[in-house]
Amino acid sequence: MSGDEPLVAIRRLSKVYVRGDQVIPVLVDINLDVARGDYVALMGPSGSGKSTLLNLVAGIDKPTSGEIRVAGVDIARLSDADLAAWRAAHVGFVFQFYNLMPVLDAFANVELPLLLTSLSRRERRERVETALALVGLTDRIEHYPNELSGGQQQRVAIARALVTDPTLIVADEPTGDLDRTTGGEVLGLLDRLNRELGKTILMVTHDPKAAEKAHRLIHLEKGVLAD
Amino acid sequence: MGIPLSYVARNLAARRTTTALTAGGMALVVYVFATVLMLAAGLEQTLTATGSEENVVVIRRGSQTEIQSGIDRRQAAIVETLPGIATGTDGRRLVSKEPVVLINLPKRDTGKPSNVVIRGVTPEGYALRPQARIVDGRLPRPGTAEVIAGRSIAAGFRGASIGETVRFASRDWTVVGTFDAGRTAFDSEIWGDAEQMLQAFRRLGYSSVIFRLADGSRFDETRAAIESDPRLTLEAKRETRFYADQSEALSKFITYLGTAISVIFSIGAVIGAMITMYASVASRTGEIGTLRALGFSRAAILGAFLAEALMLGLVGGAVGLAAASTMQAISISTMNFQTFAELAFSFTLTPGIAAGAIAFALAMGFAGGFLPAARAARMKIVDALRAA
Ligand SMILES: Nc1ncnc2c1ncn2[C@@H]1O[C@H](COP(=O)(O)OP(=O)(O)O)[C@@H](O)[C@H]1O
Ligand SMILES: [Mg+2]
Repeated sequence: MSGDEPLVAIRRLSKVYVRGDQVIPVLVDINLDVARGDYVALMGPSGSGKSTLLNLVAGIDKPTSGEIRVAGVDIARLSDADLAAWRAAHVGFVFQFYNLMPVLDAFANVELPLLLTSLSRRERRERVETALALVGLTDRIEHYPNELSGGQQQRVAIARALVTDPTLIVADEPTGDLDRTTGGEVLGLLDRLNRELGKTILMVTHDPKAAEKAHRLIHLEKGVLAD
Repeated sequence: MGIPLSYVARNLAARRTTTALTAGGMALVVYVFATVLMLAAGLEQTLTATGSEENVVVIRRGSQTEIQSGIDRRQAAIVETLPGIATGTDGRRLVSKEPVVLINLPKRDTGKPSNVVIRGVTPEGYALRPQARIVDGRLPRPGTAEVIAGRSIAAGFRGASIGETVRFASRDWTVVGTFDAGRTAFDSEIWGDAEQMLQAFRRLGYSSVIFRLADGSRFDETRAAIESDPRLTLEAKRETRFYADQSEALSKFITYLGTAISVIFSIGAVIGAMITMYASVASRTGEIGTLRALGFSRAAILGAFLAEALMLGLVGGAVGLAAASTMQAISISTMNFQTFAELAFSFTLTPGIAAGAIAFALAMGFAGGFLPAARAARMKIVDALRAA
């Protein structure tokens, strides 16, 4: 694969929901390229299809038609099991509400995706500690989610997203549940992941402050791209 | 590697009350299941332990028990002279011709009459049963109205303790000793002089003839000699087989009844587990979506929730089994349905019963957990995440 080929290449992508005899088009004929190392913010009114597009790129939803090539693989054609393995290897997720496992401490939460790799226990420990150090939570390694603030929980979630060294990090309104200050910290982290570690980031956001950090802004209106 | 078991276990621990109640329901079923099997095993063990491999019991053909049997003196004499019978240290043949009679005695605590086996024993009869040891007092003197009582009879019936007298066959009998026959049916008998018993009960014949084989492996020849002799209308069994046969019907009945009751009860416990597991899946829909997004497969989700249900079953099974095992300390007395006599025995926990009880608990967990786990595994990721 040549260096100038985009990491994500979306072609003629459509997604419709069928409810009864009603057909709801959510994404209409989307074409989009995301370069390796890019930081893209996806904006648009509520219900315009931002999350749906992000989910399709992240391989947790299937398109109605079209192609989604990520690093050369058309993920729309993968089987359920192959897609699960692909996600484990290539995607890091950051959710609006952090989505940590409440019964696991910070360490175990960050370690979760590594359980799907062939890493030894020691290698896992090293990776988890590195990731938690990167988000500045070394001293909270044994804390449970309910013992952490929202901002800290989101930082644990970011550590979980980067611990597998994924190709792509997807974030759906990562600051949506945070106040200005802690939201700023989280954005700073994502920025560092992009600049220092070269991670490609695709982020859905309502927050103009968040969008500012991105290299590229994309607007969705009623399922159609308008950038 | 799948979803770690620590995640599964911690979720059970986090929902402490629900987990305890659900596991408690299963524990109750396992307790009933294990206890009933322990009852059957205890009964079986008591009766089986009563016999010895080398001893042969001869009774009238077609009679299940010594009580129902009758052997006249002429037939008994023929059996007595069979070849292959062992001789004791004093050179006498180890044969005992015994009358066995069922009588009523009042229970020590309630005064209610209950059946007790009276056995007329000869000196050879004691030699045939070395497992019966005098623990208090002495043996009855031949030709007297003296008797000895098995330990559980001495404790359970009025007048059966050493120094007291029991009344049956229109005579008073002085108890001069207590014997311990281990956990055998003999423990629930009263023994006295065979000739005295015959006179008192006005019997002309014996109930059974018991002898020791010189060579235990030649039982089949001896049996053939007895059962093919046209003068004899008798059958011969190894003593172990004889007592095992007595326990078989009752222990089978108890086992079937107990299993049936447990299975019926278990439906309730399984439904309880199912409700708990559906609630567990519903309350963790968002977590399921997250785990799937992180790359855990449908199979991993199915496995995690099945593991949770099995763990719930295991906890229930362990608690139920632990409770049942305390029953071993209790000795109970029940009717031997074959002889209608009192029989004392204990609940006996065998490795087989323990394994069966745990397997039963795991089966309940699996039955309760399968549908909820399948629901969790079938969820669409985006729907699950949206529900969070
Ligand atoms: N499972 C579904 N069934 C039917 N309609 C859906 C489903 N998921 C999303 N939609 C619809 O698709 C549209 C886009 O949703 P979404 O991508 O979540 O929007 P956004 O993230 O931009 O707010 C909305 O109108 C929503 O109601
Ligand atoms: Mg959205």
